[in-house]
Amino acid sequence: MITTISKRLFQAVFVVWAVGTLSFIMMRLLPGNMAFKIAAGRYGYDQVNQQAADMVTSELALDRSAISMYFDWLGSLAQLDFGNSLVSGRPVLHEIQHQLGHSFELALVATIISVLIAVPIGTYCGRRANSLADHTSLFVSAILRAQPVFVIGLILILVFSIHFKLLPVAGFGGSEFIILPATALALSMAALSSRMIKNITNNAVTSSYYQFARLKGLSENQAFERHAKPNITLLFLPFLGVQAICLIEGIVMIESLFSWPGIGHALAHAIFSRDIPMIQASAMVMGLLFVAINSFIDLAVYLIDPRINHSASNHDR
Amino acid sequence: MIDRKQKLGAGILLILLVLVLANRFTSNDIASQNLDSIFDPPSLTYPLGTDQFGRCNLARISSAILTSLSMASICVITASTIGTLTGFFSAWYGGHVDRFFSTVVNIIMALPGLIIVLLFSSIIPGSFFMIYLSISLVLWLEYFRVVRARVMSLKSEPAVQMSQLYGFNLVYILRRHLWPSIKTDLATLACFGAGNAILILASIGFVYVGLRPPDAELGLMMVELFPYYSDAPWVLAQPLLAIFALVLAFNLLAKGGSNDAID
Repeated sequence: MITTISKRLFQAVFVVWAVGTLSFIMMRLLPGNMAFKIAAGRYGYDQVNQQAADMVTSELALDRSAISMYFDWLGSLAQLDFGNSLVSGRPVLHEIQHQLGHSFELALVATIISVLIAVPIGTYCGRRANSLADHTSLFVSAILRAQPVFVIGLILILVFSIHFKLLPVAGFGGSEFIILPATALALSMAALSSRMIKNITNNAVTSSYYQFARLKGLSENQAFERHAKPNITLLFLPFLGVQAICLIEGIVMIESLFSWPGIGHALAHAIFSRDIPMIQASAMVMGLLFVAINSFIDLAVYLIDPRINHSASNHDR
Repeated sequence: MIDRKQKLGAGILLILLVLVLANRFTSNDIASQNLDSIFDPPSLTYPLGTDQFGRCNLARISSAILTSLSMASICVITASTIGTLTGFFSAWYGGHVDRFFSTVVNIIMALPGLIIVLLFSSIIPGSFFMIYLSISLVLWLEYFRVVRARVMSLKSEPAVQMSQLYGFNLVYILRRHLWPSIKTDLATLACFGAGNAILILASIGFVYVGLRPPDAELGLMMVELFPYYSDAPWVLAQPLLAIFALVLAFNLLAKGGSNDAID
């Protein structure tokens, strides 16, 4: 367990360093005069002149040497000072806090919907492998998995917002705004997890310990509750890490598509408008979240399955 | 063995390649505009119609498919070569080599793939090379993990140990014992990897961070055409169908060799 924790801590430190360094290189390498671009972002493209650019240069001290700026950069990162947004001028940390709340809301709703879809379908098909229901679910899942998540979102918009005019196309506000983005995310997650649950369930109900439970007189439901469920849960836990990738990548795409004011939208938007402190902070927060999710999964596996104590060293991810 | 799903996948890929080749017989350029004929329905000059600037859709969609396919293949080739070699050396020599590569993999895995690609491609926006570099960086991890695990278990098999005892050299052992049992894994990973690379390329194109106009790229085409949905839904449908067909084809191709938990 100690090795797992230290591995995760190491990953967290790496995320901060790597994102910080990449953002710094970005700052130095992006084509175009930085001062002009930032001035354009602030005052609009029509208002930019040499004077505005000079003002930005002196305000942000853009004319120092690269190495001194790099160590300054890492130094302020270590103090959790993410600086101000180059575009809006407000502290990045403050903006990120807001966006993170919105993203959590979306992620939570999406995860709940995906669990509601995947668990019943997965367990049903797992107990009746090769039935019509199983083949249908495989077919639907294969089709969903061949799309990028934003295409699922796009199709949902076309069908529910443009054709039937039931739900808003994009934006943020009342609870009706969350339905489409959360459903799109949930569908892409459930496409994968329902099949995973099906396979684990099928393995469990065809296993010898399950057969024995039935043989000794437990009913189908009793055997499933007592013997299949714990094993299914345990085998499914490590797979949640894959779902976390799905979720975080999906959040970037779906938030951009639906203009959901979360952290993924912030990242895509910041990259587009070259707002490097925002890029850095949002990428870093998403990386750290990912590491945190994986740590929780490690912990859950450890708590549920005592056998892991003996083989902790060769258990990766 | 090639099963039905793989045949279907290969068939879809073949149709897409024919589409790409068909473009050779039309003289239309992906960027030449003809503002008099916006959203033309399919005709002899423009077999798939035209887009919002009167550009030939066949030219654009086949160039986009070609871009996706070439990006996918060079990424897969790079990633599989590096991943297989490092995975093999890690497992075979163990010790410091293994610790080093495992640490590298462990730290790259700390970031979701799409975030890595987004960060790298925003260093030099619109650069094919940066996108290629970052997708390969994301893809090679899988090869490393699979090959390493496979070679680890093979290493302790009696057959391999006997070969070593008899003094056969590494090349022989590789060819006789290791390669036969990792090649199916590699083929499966390559197909999934190609599908993944295409999805990532389209994703970053869709958030406007990937390749830049006037390049034709599937994700980019979707954002460009989406506002014109009510005028010309069939034009928007083309990149959607193209990416669906591409990824589905690679996923189907991957199925045959996989005995993974996911079917």
